[in-house]
Amino acid sequence: MIAFLDRTARSFLLVEFVKAMALTFRYMFKPKTTLNYPYEKGRLSARFRGEHALRRYPNGEERCIACKLCEAICPALAITIEAEPREDGSRRTTRYDIDMVKCIYCGLCQEACPVDAIVEGPNFEFATESREELLYDKAKLLDNGDRWEREIAANLAQDAPYR
Amino acid sequence: MVEWLAGLYGGTDAAWFFSIITWILVIVAPLLVGVAFAVYADRKIWAAMQLRRGPNVVGPFGLLQSFADGLKLFIKETIVPAGANKGIFILAPMLTFVLALIGWAVIPWGEGAVLADINVGIFYIFAISSLGVYGIIMAGWASNSRYAFLGGLRSAAQMVSYEVSMGFVLVTVISYAGSPSLSELVHMQSGGIWNWNFLWFFPMFVIFLISAMAETNRPPFDLPEAEAELVAGYQVEYSSMAFALFWLGEYGNILLMCALSSVLFFGGWYAPIPALDFIPGPLWMIAKICFFFFIFAWVKATVPRYRYDQLMRLGWKVFLPVSLAAVVFYTGWGVAFGYIGK
Repeated sequence: MIAFLDRTARSFLLVEFVKAMALTFRYMFKPKTTLNYPYEKGRLSARFRGEHALRRYPNGEERCIACKLCEAICPALAITIEAEPREDGSRRTTRYDIDMVKCIYCGLCQEACPVDAIVEGPNFEFATESREELLYDKAKLLDNGDRWEREIAANLAQDAPYR
Repeated sequence: MVEWLAGLYGGTDAAWFFSIITWILVIVAPLLVGVAFAVYADRKIWAAMQLRRGPNVVGPFGLLQSFADGLKLFIKETIVPAGANKGIFILAPMLTFVLALIGWAVIPWGEGAVLADINVGIFYIFAISSLGVYGIIMAGWASNSRYAFLGGLRSAAQMVSYEVSMGFVLVTVISYAGSPSLSELVHMQSGGIWNWNFLWFFPMFVIFLISAMAETNRPPFDLPEAEAELVAGYQVEYSSMAFALFWLGEYGNILLMCALSSVLFFGGWYAPIPALDFIPGPLWMIAKICFFFFIFAWVKATVPRYRYDQLMRLGWKVFLPVSLAAVVFYTGWGVAFGYIGK
């Protein structure tokens, strides 16, 4: 009987609701937990797998030796490589395409690469307005490498002890 | 109000007409701007209580977000589904929008400052808000879509259920005021916050607020829209300006209910203490509407959506008996101690 009266009184006096409302009111003045995204960004891991890039050696020579291990391991078949010997006799790619729409960002290409040429950099803001823009060719990938080299090199150095 | 301006225009029939048009514009134009900011405030309060930021990019503090959204909707294409009943499909949002606006004709903004001071103002508003359900039913039916139809059905049952208890609340307040005119209801509460109705009719006030939320399909009673199960209920098939009209109508109705709450229970245009009477009535009215809108947004951020059977149970098995008992109690008390029928 007492329990019934207690329950009924609680339900009619909206006790739970008043408590909940007080809670939300307190929360209104708490600091926000969300980042103000385009203006402030969260920290990324050194192993973050973002947009791809083809790196160069410090002397400007491209690292890729056209071994096609990345092409072979790519589970999404997103990478297409054609290769020929260059005039100086070294084997180089004539074509290095990544279909960024197919890519699943697994990072296996980066794992497979013996010369750290193809890497996934820290950039994740490469949305485009058309699908065609996401079919990356060699020039675009090398350009990415030049643009993000500092961050990529720092990330690789940071991760090196664990490999 | 209308006479005064008509006199200024020259006192002819045409002057009366233009006077009315002017006052309609004076009320509706700020109202629509107010609706835009109400949407913004709603999102901002909701976000703050969830530790989010809310819209903060368009304009200072995101203040222009609603206008950007409106502009976006305006330039979109109005899609009419092939299976829809075209006439009714187009008519429904217009009806909702118009009904949300015409209720404001009888809201008093100050002493004598009311567009149409009809002596049955409260019944007029009640009738208008009952008609509001037609916009939703028509939209749900004419869309020829399952989700929209279910949303429309739910909305019809919900609005009918909660109008009953709302009606009983109004009966109590009216019987004490001795008149269904909104201005009279406010006069009854003159002389400071201790004379305001919400103190003496506190249970009725709570029932009215909750019913108003159900009546305007606000969370936690937004069953007609329930995006988890019905996608967006009766609005599913709407796009562009038709959608925007629903949106404007919905928030217009919410603000109307806020205005009605302040007129019925919070002393309308009167200041909380007589010493503050030098601040004009309309400002108090706006402040009180903002206060009630904050409560609406606050509840939205706090309470999860009801299940449909819980909603019906609350309406018919809790609110109806409680408000009925309260009517008997309050009117009996009033008659016994001479507050009613003086």
